[in-house]
Parts: sequence; structure tokens; C-alpha cells
Amino acid sequence: MTTLNIDHVSRWFGNVVAVNDITMTIGPGVTGLLGPNGAGKSTLINMMGGFLAPSTGTVTLDGQPVWRNEAIYKHIGIVPEREAMYDFLTGREFVVANAELHGLGAKAAQKALATVEMEYAQDRKIQTYSKGMRQRVKMASALVHNPSLLLLDEPFNGMDPRQRMQLMDLLRRMGDEGRTVLFSSHILEEVEQLAWHIEVVVAGRHAASGDFRKIRRLMTDRPHRYLVRSSDDRTLAAALIADPSTSGIEVDLAEGALHIQAVDFGRFTTLLPRVARDHGIRLLTVSPSDESLESVFSYLVAA
Amino acid sequence: MYDPTVARLTYRALLGRRRALILGALPLLLIAVSVVVRGLAGADDQTASDLLGGLALATMVPIIGVIAGTGAIGPEIDDGSVVYLLSKPVKRSTIIFTKLIVAIAVTMVFSALPTFIAGFILNGNGQQIAVAYTVAALVASIAYAALFLLLGTVSRHAVVFGLVYALVWEALFGSLVAGARTLSVQQWALAVAQKVAGGDMVTSDVALPTATVLLAVVTVLATWYAGQKLRSLTLAGEE
Repeated sequence: MTTLNIDHVSRWFGNVVAVNDITMTIGPGVTGLLGPNGAGKSTLINMMGGFLAPSTGTVTLDGQPVWRNEAIYKHIGIVPEREAMYDFLTGREFVVANAELHGLGAKAAQKALATVEMEYAQDRKIQTYSKGMRQRVKMASALVHNPSLLLLDEPFNGMDPRQRMQLMDLLRRMGDEGRTVLFSSHILEEVEQLAWHIEVVVAGRHAASGDFRKIRRLMTDRPHRYLVRSSDDRTLAAALIADPSTSGIEVDLAEGALHIQAVDFGRFTTLLPRVARDHGIRLLTVSPSDESLESVFSYLVAA
Repeated sequence: MYDPTVARLTYRALLGRRRALILGALPLLLIAVSVVVRGLAGADDQTASDLLGGLALATMVPIIGVIAGTGAIGPEIDDGSVVYLLSKPVKRSTIIFTKLIVAIAVTMVFSALPTFIAGFILNGNGQQIAVAYTVAALVASIAYAALFLLLGTVSRHAVVFGLVYALVWEALFGSLVAGARTLSVQQWALAVAQKVAGGDMVTSDVALPTATVLLAVVTVLATWYAGQKLRSLTLAGEE
């Protein structure tokens, strides 16, 4: 059982507060650290990995401090976000070097390479690797000593769907084995597919924590705004407002469009095309106007 | 104290890429100049001493020291790949000490060895001049490697600062202001060389005991401090 404890941790850089009084406990299983870009996820992961001192508060792994404690890395595997590796080495040389630094040998390295299915390219120089291949070799270097805590910073960035699935399977397996796996992401769907438990960070603050289904419901149940252009805006508006799934419609004459607020997301998405067809109206534009992750998160924070 | 894996990675980073070309260029230049001078002026002790003192010890050794010392750690810190060393149960002092050994070895090979060859070409080691300057280059390599390794650990602009120190302080300022010479790795190394050569061809402004103590203190302090800096090295996020 490996538990990472983040206790009232803040970190500021000059006048900028990157992480603001966060307390969380990360236990065995897969945890997703979700937040928009710039929310402080990387700063938090760097503190969890012992590469940044908290300005206040403490980060401990099973009671041991993480900062300035080399011995802790026997238990931690880290997959950094940054691309830079020892590009002049082959994948195999890189993983072997990582194994040796843990006091292990080529056998452990080979096992880790097999786990990430990179044996086929292990003798090529890292500089020739695609982003997904780099990510897998980084993963192998983090797994080589069988760590009980795995920290991954935006591990799915730049991966194609197949590689993403493979890595998700692998992380799921690690979680099932009882390891503590924490990964960060700014993409809700990634977190949803993988994590049982999520921690949401917005603007340096701990916004939500818990079961992803509960948080997901909060996110989908929020009012959605759409911008719609059609061959007959007024008729469409009249027909839509009659249904309880919409709570407000504005006819924007300057834009030549409708701004629609939908309160029941699921119902509205089936209603709109049906109403248009029934009235012989052509839909020219249908675009969500507040789907940016930031607005989703700011809604979450308010909720 | 010494980790062969860290050493291997450092050697390959130092000698793998363009760095190796730069490291090789200056020694080749020194040897080429020596061949030309010998051909034009014949064997002359004073010329040999001037060339080895002015070009080899005052210019080439510190520049090679900058490239090897800062290059042993600076690029890794810059691009963040040092995280793969730091996320291991390896003592920070071991990482620094190993990198120091590699930087010293590379500086010695690329500066002391060509100095020796150039000395032989110039006057066939007359009055022990080739050996004396080679010893000076060996001694200076240790102190330069330690100083520039520290610089590479603390500054992102280590190469610039290193070159400014090497060229402005050691080469220019040192020759104009007498006091600056007391605080010059070059003069400390010359003090050791003077002892080896024995004659009056190789001279230093610093007495041998002072020079030896200063060399040791600078090397040890720089290495210790670099280890301390690495212990609390911060890898800030990209946000």
C-alpha cells in the first residue's frame, strides 16, 4: 500500500501563485489529475516527484518526505511531460541506463521494454522515434524498477488512438495490481476512460475530488449554450422554446443567428434536428459556444 | 562516489555531437601553428614558451575546460533530461563527482595531450618546456573542470560566463592587472610548471604553496557546492 499525501501545499513563483493550499491523498489505483492548461498540474506533479520544493506544506510518501530524499525514488517511477531524453542513445541503451541507475541490469530493462511493446524498435536511436514511441520508452524507464507509485505528466499527449489505448490498458493493469498511479490530463474523456477517482485542479486550487461519474454528471448537466443559424430563425426559435429542454433563446439580428440556452443537454440534442425537419427548416450552423474546457471547469468550481 | 552509468552517459553526451568537433578544433589549431612556427623559425626555447604559455595554457585550456565542464551537465539541466538521473536513488554528490571526473578527463585529453605534442614539435622538449606546460595544463584541467561544472549547474548561460572568465579574466585582464593574476587558475598552474621546468623560461606570479592550496580549495569547494545545488535543483513546469 503506497499513499501519497499532499498536505496544505502551496507553491508560488515570485508573485504568481501556481498551487494554492491543496490537500489530497492519492492511494492505490488509478487517479486522474484533471485541469485546464496552466491550472498548476505540472507544478503539483513536480512537487509530488520531488523536483520542486513546496513554498508551504508537505508532500510525503508513506510518511517519508519526497523533497531532497533520493532514497524515495526506489518506490517512485516518473514519466515527465518534457520530450528531452538522451536522444543519442538507442531505446534499449536508455532503458538499460535507467535500470543500472537503480542497481538493476539488462534483464529488468528488457522486461520493461517488453511491457510497453517497444522491443521492435529498441535498437534505433531515440532521436528517430515518434512522440508515441518516446512516450513508451519513457514509460519503460519509469517501470524498470517495479515502482509502487507511478507519476505521469500528460502521458497521452501526441499519442495516436491505438497507442493511447495500449497505454490506458497498461495503466489500468498497474492500478489493478495495487500500485498507486497518478496521471495528469486536460482532456476529460481521457480521464473518464481510465480513472476511478479524479482530482480536479483549476487555477491552482483543488476544485473537486472523488468519483468521476459524479463529477461528469455535474459537467453534462450544466446549462449549454449554442449558436444556431438556419433558413428561418424565428420559426425555429418559437418551436424550440415550447420544449422544456430550452430555457432561453435570443434572436441576434446583427449576427443573423440564435443564441440558445439548453438546460437538458441530452434532450436538446435530439430535439433540435427533429424540430427543424418537422418545420422544413434548414440548419446552417450549430455550434456550442461555451464548450471550452475553461468554461466547463469554471462551472464546476461554481457548483 | 563514482557511478559508471552516469559516466557513460556523460562521455557520450560530451563526445557524441558537434561538441566533439569544437573540442578537437583548438588542439588541431595549436599543433598546426606549432608546425608552421617550427618550420619558419626553427627550434627556439623562447618561442616555444611564448606559444605554449599564450596560446595553449592561457587560451586553449580554459576554453576546452568551459566546453567540457559546462557540457558535462548544463545541456541536461537545460533540456530537462537530467530528470532521468535525479529520479534515481543515486546520491547527488555521486552524480557531480562522476561528472567532474569525466570533465577532467576530457579536458586533459583535449588540452594537455596536444600541449605536449605541440611542445615537442616546437623545441623537442628543450629545457623541459613541453613537459612543464603539459603539467600546467593537467593541473589547470582539474580546477577548470570543477569551476565550469559548478557554473553549468547554477547558470543557464554557463558557456557565456565561462568564456568571459576564460578570455577576459584569464587571458586579457590577467595580463594587464597584476593583482588579478593571483586569482587565476592559469598562474596557479604555472607555479606548478615552474617547479617542473626549473629554469627561468616558465614563471608564475604566485608562489607554489599558495598556488597548490588555492587549486585544492577551489576544486573541492566548487565540487561540493555543485552537489548542494543539484540536491535542490528545481525542475519548473512548462506552464
